[in-house]
Amino acid sequence: MNAWANIKTITKRELAAYFSSPLAYIFIVIFLLLCGFFTFMVGGFFERGEASLVRPFFDWHPWFYLFLVPAVGMRLWAEERRVGTLELLLTMPITTWQAIVGKFLASWLFLALALALTFPVVMTVNYLGTPDNGVIFCGYIGSWLMAGAYLAISCITSAMTRTQVVSFIVSVVVCLFFILAGFPPVINMLESWARPWMVDTIASFSVITHFEGFQKGVLDSRDIIFFLSLIGFSLFTTSVILRTHRAG
Amino acid sequence: MIKVHNLAKAFGAKRAVDGISFSVERGEVLGFLGPNGAGKSTTMRMITGFIPPTEGTVSVGGFDVVENSIQARRLIGYLPENAPAYTDMTVFGFLSFCAEIRGLRGDAKKKAVQRAVEMCFLESVLHQSVETLSKGYRHRTCFAQSIIHDPDVLVLDEPTDGLDPNQKHEVRGLIRRMGEKKAIIFSTHILEEVDAACSRAIIIDRGKIVANGTPAQLRQKSESAGAVTLRVSGVTAAALNQKLTQLSTVKRTAILNEETTRVTVRVFPRANVNGMLASSIADAAQGWHIEELHTEEGRLDDVFRNITMPDTEAKPVTTEKSTTAN
Repeated sequence: MNAWANIKTITKRELAAYFSSPLAYIFIVIFLLLCGFFTFMVGGFFERGEASLVRPFFDWHPWFYLFLVPAVGMRLWAEERRVGTLELLLTMPITTWQAIVGKFLASWLFLALALALTFPVVMTVNYLGTPDNGVIFCGYIGSWLMAGAYLAISCITSAMTRTQVVSFIVSVVVCLFFILAGFPPVINMLESWARPWMVDTIASFSVITHFEGFQKGVLDSRDIIFFLSLIGFSLFTTSVILRTHRAG
Repeated sequence: MIKVHNLAKAFGAKRAVDGISFSVERGEVLGFLGPNGAGKSTTMRMITGFIPPTEGTVSVGGFDVVENSIQARRLIGYLPENAPAYTDMTVFGFLSFCAEIRGLRGDAKKKAVQRAVEMCFLESVLHQSVETLSKGYRHRTCFAQSIIHDPDVLVLDEPTDGLDPNQKHEVRGLIRRMGEKKAIIFSTHILEEVDAACSRAIIIDRGKIVANGTPAQLRQKSESAGAVTLRVSGVTAAALNQKLTQLSTVKRTAILNEETTRVTVRVFPRANVNGMLASSIADAAQGWHIEELHTEEGRLDDVFRNITMPDTEAKPVTTEKSTTAN
């Protein structure tokens, strides 16, 4: 009960911090512009002639997030360490876990908001045809979970450094690995020399592989568990890093 | 309230804090002195639970800061070095956040924020963003944060750093007043603050406690403590010196200043004549024109330098000129 109150307090503060700087607005505008441009222009939404968002819309999300989510997550801990407020925060009567979860939730809710603001795309497809809105909803859930996984990785890199730029670059590289592991051209290349079980193992680490199911409207518990465990593991790693830093 | 036992912290091979023990009770203000890098901040970080000790224990109000960290932290108000605060928030927002995370809600929160704002004179900047504050205001904002929950224990790392003389005076007064009901540790390297606010002081150097006592006790360790400074006119230095060294109470003399018509001399007493020296000099000085005669209380900065820089020329420069008898 008490723990939840602490998490809520931190989440509230972090969310307010996003909106007190231009970063939040810039992020949302860029995200929406990218979504619109890629869906309607590059993705060939109109040419397809089908009432679906899978290919033209959700396919791009792993790539948008690659750059946008580390930008959202990079300040979480790096900024606290740079300014010195980390010392303040971690000597308050809250556990490190409450601080980590509070901060993560704030950023994740922020990403949820950005994602929710893409609703005109859904309205458009509903106006033009009769899509399966269940599938679209599933896609949104998957997209949000995937954003959460990227974000948790950004938490790790942000806790590792006091420079936001370093955090950004490292998390882009790590997230890129999680995309490429399931990217068809990479899979094809691997298949030419690696054994099938190795290819499967590598591909099973990919966010693309796991996002696929959601796009088709399948809520597979394995996919959900994959994203949630990636988040859980990353946040745990963050706590270990924070503890190591304090131990000197 | 605060019990530190055999506390040590090693960063790699370097022992920043090396086995220090002390305790602070309610109603005490402990001044924590030491040169830069002596281990003051590291000790305070261990007391507040920010970094775990390599060895030893700290307990606050009976709670071990490692084992029962949360309970211990509830009792502590902490002002870290450089007074960090969330720059994107307003002063009011920041203090409200700190009150909330301390478990204060609704009316209690409002009252706590108001009290802290009044005590730290922050009314005029209440709705200004922390980023735009001057250093003094930012410092006081962080100070307000540390007292927002009216804690039993206050740990203040250089609370007067970056303040102007008036603000320094205010903060010292605040610390002294709060010290009547709380246990307070504060670090500083401004020695006059020890007199202004502390009931006890500890000097640490290279991670070890080198002196521990009330400001008066520490001053006693000074070389000049108990010595008499005398300024007379109408007598030569040599004649004065000769007369003084004949006294049974005098150990040696040092000429501080010699002008054509007046001489200033410091007279050091032999052991166990404290209090008698000034009157014996006054008796011997019949016929001279005494402009000044007073007993030195000792100087904290002499003590500080003697203790923390034993190898260098920490002795007063005047000894070079001194004429030593015995």
